Amino acid sequence: MFDPHVPHVAVIDQRVQESPTIFTLRLQYEDTRVQDAFEFDPGQFNMVTLFGIGEIAISIVNDPLDSHFFDHTIRVVGRVSEGMSKLQPGDHVGIRGPFGRGWPMEQIKGRDILLITGGLGCAPLVSVIRYLMRRRDDYGRISILQGVKHADDLIWKEQYSVWSAEKDVRVLLAADVATQSWQGQQGMVTELIAQLPLRPQRTVALLCGPELMMLAAVANLREKGVQDGDIWFSMERNMQCGIGQCGHCQIGPKTVCQDGPVFCYDELADFFGAKGF
Amino acid sequence: MSRQKPKLAVHKFSSCDGCQLALLNLGEPLLQLPTLVDIVHFAEAGPSDPTAKVDISLVEGSISTPEDVQRIQQVRENSEILVTVGACATAGGVQALANFANRNDWMSAVYTDPDQIETLQTSNAIAEYVKVDWELQGCPINSRQVIGLLRDLLSGVRPREELQPVCMECKRKGLICTLVSLGEPCMGPVTRAGCGALCPAAGRGCYGCYGPAEQVNDASLLQRFSQLGLDRQALARRFHFIVNQAPAFKAAGERLKSGSHDRNA
Amino acid sequence: MNSQDPQVVSRRPGFLTRDALEKLFIVLSQLGYQILGPVVRDGAIQFDTLSAADQLPRGVSNDQQPGHYRLEQGENQRQFDWNHGPQGLKPVCFSPREVLWAEQSNPPVFNPVPPNIEPTAVVGVRACDLAALAIQDRHFLSGSDPDPHYRQRRESLLLIGVDCARSAATCFCASTGDGPALDGGYDIGMAELDEGFLIWRESDKGRTVIDQLDLLPASDAQLETMLQSTTQASLAQQRNLPDCDELLLLYKRLEHAHWDNVAERCLSCGNCTAVCPTCFCYEASHEMSLDGETAQMVRQWDSCFSATHSSMGQYQVRPTVKQRYRQWLTHKLAGWQSQQGRIGCTGCGRCIAWCPVGIDLTAETVAVLEEGSLDV
Repeated sequence: MFDPHVPHVAVIDQRVQESPTIFTLRLQYEDTRVQDAFEFDPGQFNMVTLFGIGEIAISIVNDPLDSHFFDHTIRVVGRVSEGMSKLQPGDHVGIRGPFGRGWPMEQIKGRDILLITGGLGCAPLVSVIRYLMRRRDDYGRISILQGVKHADDLIWKEQYSVWSAEKDVRVLLAADVATQSWQGQQGMVTELIAQLPLRPQRTVALLCGPELMMLAAVANLREKGVQDGDIWFSMERNMQCGIGQCGHCQIGPKTVCQDGPVFCYDELADFFGAKGF
Repeated sequence: MSRQKPKLAVHKFSSCDGCQLALLNLGEPLLQLPTLVDIVHFAEAGPSDPTAKVDISLVEGSISTPEDVQRIQQVRENSEILVTVGACATAGGVQALANFANRNDWMSAVYTDPDQIETLQTSNAIAEYVKVDWELQGCPINSRQVIGLLRDLLSGVRPREELQPVCMECKRKGLICTLVSLGEPCMGPVTRAGCGALCPAAGRGCYGCYGPAEQVNDASLLQRFSQLGLDRQALARRFHFIVNQAPAFKAAGERLKSGSHDRNA
Repeated sequence: MNSQDPQVVSRRPGFLTRDALEKLFIVLSQLGYQILGPVVRDGAIQFDTLSAADQLPRGVSNDQQPGHYRLEQGENQRQFDWNHGPQGLKPVCFSPREVLWAEQSNPPVFNPVPPNIEPTAVVGVRACDLAALAIQDRHFLSGSDPDPHYRQRRESLLLIGVDCARSAATCFCASTGDGPALDGGYDIGMAELDEGFLIWRESDKGRTVIDQLDLLPASDAQLETMLQSTTQASLAQQRNLPDCDELLLLYKRLEHAHWDNVAERCLSCGNCTAVCPTCFCYEASHEMSLDGETAQMVRQWDSCFSATHSSMGQYQVRPTVKQRYRQWLTHKLAGWQSQQGRIGCTGCGRCIAWCPVGIDLTAETVAVLEEGSLDV
């Protein structure tokens, strides 16, 4: 009988230190049949096990077309991620997944896409950006608004320049604390929304990052005339089982690990921003 | 811990040695321990090198003499990681009950020649004097938690903290609540799990030896216990018992002693 | 006439004398079932392994009040005169603590650890607990990833239910529509009379057992007693919950002042969630051997009242007791309605009786639904 609780062994193929506290692991299932069967949507996540220590939910950051590996970008926040940061190529982890509902990529074909991210919030959306770039003709204008607390926190700098060079792609960066070499603006990422020549009826907004940032962004977008049904965001909660059973990640009647992590604003409006949910 | 085999020391301060015994009672894992670490100081078990530099020090006991104060500084300097184990080291222990009284009066009442004794006015947790990296609560500590902590440190990750109250452990074991079924006041709801609900398993109420759980609602407990015949002062004494100096228990006991609940009511 | 009553028509019970109850135990054993049934232990009714009918309690009833549970020994010979103990079927299918899988570090391997299961007959299950089992079945088995441990335990069960002929002061199953009469979800049903039992099969699995019992025909008077008992038990209930539509309004009362009132009394100890037959939260954590070579993933009951339940790294979604109680109550009575099509409460009242400080879910719910400071 298939047991959804038991991980498969995956080996670390590459490890990249993105910033002092952020690293990326490129993984491959040890069993090639498992790797071949592994398919995911942008925005979905895996449960990653550090042997004997613990299991954490991490979003998948590469494009679904990359079939022989998958990438996880991880920030050190707790005991498990800290332990994982010490892993090296050749080391093993356990993987269960993919879990959850990803971004509505099919549904939003042909629309202008506005991506707003803060902090490491970029990780669940990077998979989307890569997805969009490979299928550039399927979508309208693309705007990427990325905010960081400190200018030094920005990872994947080169990629942002590559993306901004694409046709009809606009990249705007903001840092709460800017440095001399900072090319973007100083301030909140949500302040960038006002600078966009937004076509509200054509625009779909995809948000990821701290909830306060997303709350502010939703308010700005609604003010600009973007429809509630066109605002999507990825939520973060204590996800342990990935299959809607352990009860930790509930927000009102929704489970983030199964109904989400990507939600339409419509679906969660009553609880989005409500303290304690 | 870069070296292949880290060094471990077990230091004792003012205590009953019960936590060291808990280490010696680990069973099979105790036999594995020397293959994983060099036990350079553990006087109760044999090895004695109190001034050795080590990766991990487990410290049992409270600080109650001027000599203790000197020695703990040295232990701290010599230790990469310092872990306090047990109620004495983490919260002053049962001997800290004397902190609520006048130390000199007690000494005169007990000893014929108290001047011979050099002691501090209070018994205190190790953390009052030096930086403590990790704590294991309990009187005495529990084998499962010791193994978990040592393993985590050896693996280079932060130990996991267990914050749930005894009630959760009690219910998972299928034990019957003494408070509800016998009307016996039990400190389980405000006490941290870890002991395996030892006392409820023997049909008596928990007496709080693992220290405060994450939430300590003494006002509500008082209301309930007074219906069961346990008055305010008696409940205060339950908080001011084995883990009397843990901030949440200390404050709860003081509120109860002073009757601040009655005034709020 | 009674024989026309829909409940009588669907049950078509036969009569088993009290002495002949032993026959049921013999048949169950012959069919290879281990038998779980009620015993009095540590002052409470608990399900434990039984081998004979005379191990059942006799004349034992219960007094259940907020924060209070006592067994009472009466003169009668009834064996199911109690309502329930601190646990229903939850620990039978959803283990309080179990190993999910084992791992080995070198070479890295993760192996399932299937539970060790025997076919088990549970004698004396109540309607509220059968309803709760159906809720847990949906939770653990109906999704895209059914839980194999739960499933194996669940499929091993033969359930022998009993009508409740009386209600405890904490019972309110009539208002949730889950009791006191059995209403599906079991294999064999029983109603206890002074002189013995009316007994009937509800499933094909149950038929195999019933066919071997040599039942006597039930008299009209006995059928009448069966119907009257549960009606009276229902009428005797002192507590109730508002209807489902009204309970949905809980989500509109998130800032009601009464949440603070409950938080002043609540110990956040999690007892209500542990005794609740529908609460399903669990945590799974690794336990590694000291030498680091092997480890196991241990799953155990968790509670939305614990600090770690909503914790994400350094941040807790529900740091306050008020938020935790509100989460528990709103989820159980409102959230489940859209998740499962019904509320997550079956009126067993255990959360009331086994709360150390006697917090009463029915009273708190009504207080929050009353006019007060409304949200938004």
